[in-house]
Amino acid sequence: MSALEGLYREIILDHYRSPRNRGELASPPALRVEGFNPLCGDEIVVTVDLQRGILSDIKFSGTGCSISQSSASLMSAAVKGKPVPEVRDLIRTFKSMMSIHESTLPAGPDGVDNPDGSSGDNTEPDVIDVDALGELAALQGVVKFPVRIKCATLSWNTLAQGLDQGDQETA
Amino acid sequence: MAELTDSTSRSGRIEPAEAPNCDSLDVALLRKDFPLLGIEVHGHPICYLDSASSSQRPIAVLDAMRNYEETTHANVHRGVYAIAEEATARFETARMKIGAFIGAPNPGREIVFTKNATEAINLVAGTWGRANLGEGDVVVLTEMEHHANIVPWHMLASERRFTIRWIPIDDRGELILDDLDRLLEGAKLVGVTCMSNVLGTLNPVAEISSAAHGAGALVIADGAQSVPHQVTDVVALGVDFMAFSAHKMLGPTGVGVLWGREAILEELPPFLGGGEMILDVRKDGFTPNDIPWRFEAGTPPITEAIGMGAAVDYLTAVGMDRVRAHEISLSSAALALFEERFGDDLRIFGPREPSARGGVISFAYRDIHPHDISQVLDEYGICVRAGHHCAKPLMRRLGVSATARASFALYNDGSDLVRLADALEHAGAFFG
Repeated sequence: MSALEGLYREIILDHYRSPRNRGELASPPALRVEGFNPLCGDEIVVTVDLQRGILSDIKFSGTGCSISQSSASLMSAAVKGKPVPEVRDLIRTFKSMMSIHESTLPAGPDGVDNPDGSSGDNTEPDVIDVDALGELAALQGVVKFPVRIKCATLSWNTLAQGLDQGDQETA
Repeated sequence: MAELTDSTSRSGRIEPAEAPNCDSLDVALLRKDFPLLGIEVHGHPICYLDSASSSQRPIAVLDAMRNYEETTHANVHRGVYAIAEEATARFETARMKIGAFIGAPNPGREIVFTKNATEAINLVAGTWGRANLGEGDVVVLTEMEHHANIVPWHMLASERRFTIRWIPIDDRGELILDDLDRLLEGAKLVGVTCMSNVLGTLNPVAEISSAAHGAGALVIADGAQSVPHQVTDVVALGVDFMAFSAHKMLGPTGVGVLWGREAILEELPPFLGGGEMILDVRKDGFTPNDIPWRFEAGTPPITEAIGMGAAVDYLTAVGMDRVRAHEISLSSAALALFEERFGDDLRIFGPREPSARGGVISFAYRDIHPHDISQVLDEYGICVRAGHHCAKPLMRRLGVSATARASFALYNDGSDLVRLADALEHAGAFFG
């Protein structure tokens, strides 16, 4: 698999070409949050309906590259209908996958081994269970392209900001 | 001039100036002067098309800096020992060369070394702006300015409460000057880029300066994109301040220049406080130094200034007329090639006439995001910029969030264009 194919997995291109949950929910009642990537000018709007602790609906709009758009689409599909604490867990797991060095991930099908030959440091608190991420694991190739990590995390950070906002409003 | 001699004898290339003719630039030979252009990226020889962001450095520049570091380094304007005097001489010689390069009437007093063009503009905002701008005043900028010539004025405006007006652009990416007289009413300063870093547009700076002066306003020109690529004559342009950076003109990072009219600089208060910028310091105050050192607090980037001087030598030896002619020829070839290969699939921003633009081509290819284009091009060893190019007001005017941008320098030729077009085709196929 070439580096490019590792980045642009088929599932990513699919979500880029046919994004799920694209659009905007009426706000209010939906929460509406905007996110910006100052590096490349990408903008995203995430709208979410929170009902009795459940993220009952989500839509996103805005402009961005295939990584930011497919990440938003994959995210929307993954969090829709989930209880908010589970969504927060998923955000945490996804962001860990995006922030750690590739060598701390378990060796994948392309056999990524720790370059220093060790089997990984088991005392690391955030060894990621990539399998638990399902389709989202397709985005792990982004870690090899540091500049693109912000593209992948834009929608997730924006959603996290929305959930915090929701907490404040209900507090 | 030792480093210049080295460079010319190495390639035996540089001859007395001749009629502008892009064929007279032997790019294959020139490229040998740039070590970085010999590297491979992802298994391909590098194809560097991002000089508008930062250009590569010839051996002559690297040698001048290394030679200074190895034989002469000491602080400038301080010691009375031999190498300190030599360091000061090389530093001040660089100032004189750079001044001559842009037609400064009195380089020894008018060339101020800064960190980069951005700091040069901030220097004007922090000194002239702070002393002259207040509530009810007007600063006029263009819609195609780089953030470096926008944000310093926003920052000062929030404190001094003056108004910013904007010279709009038309759909070809050229300034609309029909309403200039009205825009200039009450204006104290006009900020204009000589060449857009996104559109490539070369602005009629002399015409704008003349109108601005007629309205009683001064002019600050952003020369970051133009000074590296064509002959610059600050007197003919009629501007009052000009900012530019070394690293876009074959020099190192960490140094730039503010040129200002001597009579204006003389009246300005200091910028940063510290050593070097004073004549006297007492417990009850200080007396600022004469220009240009008044604006150069602390130890300056000596090595880098010397490198910038060597870059100016290199460009002068090649000949700025020839550099410009070469880049017109490249732009012309690029516009024709893109049209032929991609037709309506590729939208080019900015003027269509190669002579109306510098060597910068921003484009949108189908609906593929510039980041994705740039990522695929990287796989083929091709370096282009993708993003908003620090010109977000312009991006909004163009109705895009980002563009891909290929930009040229004297070391690019037609083969770079063909590689770019081939890789773009691959990107098109990849994203379907």
